[in-house]
Amino acid sequence: MLDQAWQLSPAVALRPEPFGALAYHFGNRRLTFLRRPELVRVVTALAECDDVRSALLEAGVPEPQWAAYAAALDSLAQADMIRPREGAA
Amino acid sequence: MTTLQNREAAPARPLGGTLIEQFELGLDAPICLTWELTYACNLECAHCLSSSGRRDPRELSTEQCEAVIDELQRMQVFYVNIGGGEPTIRPDFWHLLEYAVNHQVGVKFSTNGVRLDAERAAFLASPACNGYVDVQISLDGATAEVNDYVRGPGSYDTALRALANLQDAGFKDAKISVVCTRQNIGQLDEFKALADRFGATLRLTRLRPSGRGADVWDELHPLPHQQRELYDWLMAHGENVLTGDSFFHLAAFGESLPGLNLCGAGRVVCLIDPIGDVYACPFAIHDNFLAGNLLDEGGFQRVWQTSALFTELRSPQTGGACSSCQFFDSCRGGCMAAKFFTGLPLDGPDPECVQGYGEQALAGPREIPAASQDHSKANPTRNQPVMLTLSRRPDELSLPAAPPVSACAENPLAGFDPASLDTLPGGCGCSAGGTGKACC
Repeated sequence: MLDQAWQLSPAVALRPEPFGALAYHFGNRRLTFLRRPELVRVVTALAECDDVRSALLEAGVPEPQWAAYAAALDSLAQADMIRPREGAA
Repeated sequence: MTTLQNREAAPARPLGGTLIEQFELGLDAPICLTWELTYACNLECAHCLSSSGRRDPRELSTEQCEAVIDELQRMQVFYVNIGGGEPTIRPDFWHLLEYAVNHQVGVKFSTNGVRLDAERAAFLASPACNGYVDVQISLDGATAEVNDYVRGPGSYDTALRALANLQDAGFKDAKISVVCTRQNIGQLDEFKALADRFGATLRLTRLRPSGRGADVWDELHPLPHQQRELYDWLMAHGENVLTGDSFFHLAAFGESLPGLNLCGAGRVVCLIDPIGDVYACPFAIHDNFLAGNLLDEGGFQRVWQTSALFTELRSPQTGGACSSCQFFDSCRGGCMAAKFFTGLPLDGPDPECVQGYGEQALAGPREIPAASQDHSKANPTRNQPVMLTLSRRPDELSLPAAPPVSACAENPLAGFDPASLDTLPGGCGCSAGGTGKACC
């Protein structure tokens, strides 16, 4: 996943909260909580970054935590909160 | 309650911890809020938690309602539960529904079904609602007999007709919303079958002693063994049944039920009433839980973020009498509104505490708070439920000595039978009795 290009799903809105953010999917009406401000920064950075790795770098996530973040992004992907970016490698 | 003039500098908020712990500290906007559009209602349910019946002349206008929706969109409140009273009898209801959906505020509305004819059902199923509207039909009995006893004559047929109209129009996944009572706990399987029949989802919620519910709570609230029955049923069927997370007091039976086990009042939920007053939760329409009015300066956002009441609700709470109980971490002391309206202290056990502490508390001295408002109809109509059933005289009552005297008998000695005195000396009661002497 680290080398792929992702983005926030177009049907999802992020609402900032003191603990991170609340992600709401207008299509399937699912509510997900992003419980770390760093994760919110990563998710927000996805669209402008070439791949997940650069989004993690941009959000300042230390490399030892990348695997954990990739797992968190994977579960967000399963709920269609984030999607692979079309036309990207 | 008044709102603070200035937001006090909040202490640094701890990050991390569980989601529940974060929720207890409050959010920048509610996750979901309840908005009662009108106090007017065609029914007069015995347990109405908002004591609805008559419209309030101060109710928000169409323009004011649109402004509220605009603000909810700005605050990113993605979902509102609209209720009442009966919201669909507001002439602008369908307009406001569409307005909300077009402004990224999804709507789930509660109705008794009175206006859900074939045409409205088709509208709800149409692309105009974009699949972004949920409909919740209230039904408090799986049979007309049980339902109409509390909701009034004809209300069962109205609800089922509405469900049939929705199904015929192709509306997917309506909700059947049931307040669990002593009379209907035994019907849970029947409710599920009814929901399956209409392609609907069952939603069960807790009876609160709020509004007119305070008058009938003693008679209607589930008995302790029924609480267990409900808990077991929810554990077995919980995944496919909605509960509005309202049974967290049952968590003290052991395993927690699915959903949020926490009181969200003023933290993640609140209530906007028809005149724009903001209360801590839908079950707490009382001056003690009034945080402010959204028509005042700063609107809803200021009430939500800075009112003194909500700030207090988000501050760490003590468990009071419950803190030494081993189940406190599961049930968190239960429902604030249930405690308040039964006259119990807010930091003590829930009146329906499944460990039995509620019954002890209810047996002690307590004073039930007076209602701070009532929109019940001034005169009963034919829709009013009559909570009487035919029954035999309880055995413990002894038979009266004689039939009652007719109401028309005006003589002060009506019903007096001199012969009944025959057993007394002399028949007339005087001391000459039976001795041959002249008596009085």
